[in-house]
Amino acid sequence: MKVLVPVKRVIDYNVKARVKSDQSGVDLANVKMSMNPFCEIAVEEAVRLKEKGAIEEIIAVSIGPIQAQETIRTALAMGADRGILIQTDTDPEPLQVAKLLKAVALAEGPSLVLMGKQAIDGDNSAVGQMLSALLDWPQATFASKIELTASAVRVTREVDGGLQTLELDLPAVVTADLRLNEPRYASLPNIMKAKKKEIALKTVDDFGGLSAPHLTVVKVTEPAKRTAGVTVENAAELVNKLKTEAGVL
Amino acid sequence: MAVLVVADHDNVSLKDNTHKTVTAALALSGDVDVLVAGQGVDAVAAHAAKITGVRKVLTAQSDALGKQVGEAVAACVVALMSGYDAVLTPATSVGKNFTPRVAALLDVAQISEITEVVDADTFVRPIYAGNALETIKSSDAKKVVTVRATAFKAAEEEGSASVEAVDPGPGAAKSRFVSDEIVKSDRPELAGAKIVVSGGRAMGSAEEFHRVIEPLADKLGAAVGASRAAVDAGYAPNDYQVGQTGKVVAPQLYVAIGISGAIQHLAGMKDSKVIVAINKDADAPIFQVADYGLVSDYKTAVPDLMAALTAAGI
Ligand SMILES: Cc1cc2nc3c(=O)[nH]c(=O)nc-3n(C[C@H](O)[C@H](O)[C@H](O)COP(=O)(O)OP(=O)(O)OC[C@H]3O[C@@H](n4cnc5c(N)ncnc54)[C@H](O)[C@@H]3O)c2cc1C
Ligand SMILES: Nc1ncnc2c1ncn2[C@@H]1O[C@H](COP(=O)(O)O)[C@@H](O)[C@H]1O
Repeated sequence: MKVLVPVKRVIDYNVKARVKSDQSGVDLANVKMSMNPFCEIAVEEAVRLKEKGAIEEIIAVSIGPIQAQETIRTALAMGADRGILIQTDTDPEPLQVAKLLKAVALAEGPSLVLMGKQAIDGDNSAVGQMLSALLDWPQATFASKIELTASAVRVTREVDGGLQTLELDLPAVVTADLRLNEPRYASLPNIMKAKKKEIALKTVDDFGGLSAPHLTVVKVTEPAKRTAGVTVENAAELVNKLKTEAGVL
Repeated sequence: MAVLVVADHDNVSLKDNTHKTVTAALALSGDVDVLVAGQGVDAVAAHAAKITGVRKVLTAQSDALGKQVGEAVAACVVALMSGYDAVLTPATSVGKNFTPRVAALLDVAQISEITEVVDADTFVRPIYAGNALETIKSSDAKKVVTVRATAFKAAEEEGSASVEAVDPGPGAAKSRFVSDEIVKSDRPELAGAKIVVSGGRAMGSAEEFHRVIEPLADKLGAAVGASRAAVDAGYAPNDYQVGQTGKVVAPQLYVAIGISGAIQHLAGMKDSKVIVAINKDADAPIFQVADYGLVSDYKTAVPDLMAALTAAGI
């Protein structure tokens, strides 16, 4: 059984994004970039499934600039077997990404696509569901637990109010939430080994081309800033201020 | 243009997110219908019919819709979209689950978590954990949108729309509902609460979280929230998580106790009207957004706060 793990290169989660002064976007020059944290969780889960013997091969795929090879390399160091980079210098929309991933899925024939629930740059939380719809494979989003059998996958999902468990026929698309696992750090020997693993460099044309975009960014602005308020000395002063000054009690 | 709003409900009651999404929809068009997709939802539909500005309420009922299985809800919505130019859904776990499917099946973009309607094609949405606001224009004939409900006022309830049943669609052929574990609580819901009291990693255990955060929340009639660290450590259930990748709240009063104020947490609460932070570290980033900061150990600050509230007649 094969698992396909789409991984995205994004701004590191510790970095605070800054809006460019010409309002054209967020400044990513000289900013630390990393694998999207939810994609890391997806890779980790795939590696654990492989360690348990439930799957044979993990393919990490990324759509992005040439530097996204590093992101794939990280996945390989964590335990993925090989990588595919679909190189593009555009910033594709979720639907464009989903269409390319569909072509990859049809070419590779995985039993499971395991991916992040959300990319922390665009905060769209859309690609997994779109891919599932385009492939007509069942979906389980926001997974906190995954049990794989030969023909089905049972997924516990984090939903408003608690948890929901679904069973999906394979092949299926599953998106990872925070509680699914805690991703490992790649060990030095594994980082060295990952250097020898294959990353296939592809173009969008190898997977049917980039579909037309549907959205244009008019501008990107900074949100209204909150300023620090006052420090109160004690709880009594706090209650007094909340009552009389803020009027919220 | 006509707009379909997909109601937020749990088959038993209609959620306020629906009223807020109707407000967003009315900014696009005067012709707004509400779809209640579920099972046994007649009472929910009757409630939705009262929302001011709603033209018509549609009900679609089946087992799969009752469990709000993504494939089933999306199929039901897609079948209706020949009659609509836009579909708006609150960005809840249900809305986020099925709406991108609707977009893909219609071959249009999804516009996620809008906070403002600029015009019929243009929307504002937060990106990068709310550190930037993107104004985005869609060239699609049909718009598929999720709505950050906290950014919109709830529509009133002075209407009396008609209710009509529609085809629930085919359900989900390749996935099955197994079980759910829904936590019932008498407290207000996090998403719509006027006051939220949240606890962080500082609580150290689930027992301490219950002992410290819940009585304060109950005294204030507040909903309970938590940081990711508190949820990951098992101090609080997952759906308490406030933040970029949890729930977004904007209450009148947000009280953060033992929470440092990471970017991802701020993303979920910085639009609250008044923010109070209790933290023993004066340099904690949460104080940069707090209106009132109390630099203190929560172990003394929270009992003091309880006493001060009682003294103030609360
Ligand atoms: C992909 C991703 C998504 C994330 N999404 C979210 C999200 O949605 N929501 C979220 O909250 N986080 C999220 N995070 C996590 C976030 O980065 C922080 O790790 C988290 O918010 C920290 O939680 P905390 O403030 O409770 O813990 P800490 O940062 O450890 O802070 C604990 C605070 O408690 C204070 N404290 C300790 N003891 C006491 C005491 N006795 N009295 C008073 N104060 C005390 C300390 O001074 C400290 O400031 C996400 C992270 C990633 C990578
Ligand atoms: N450019 C990309 N390359 C590979 N995977 C992607 C890309 N964009 C999104 N994804 C996948 O889709 C998930 C959800 O992203 P999004 O819908 O954009 O929030 C991510 O966690 C990735 O697994």
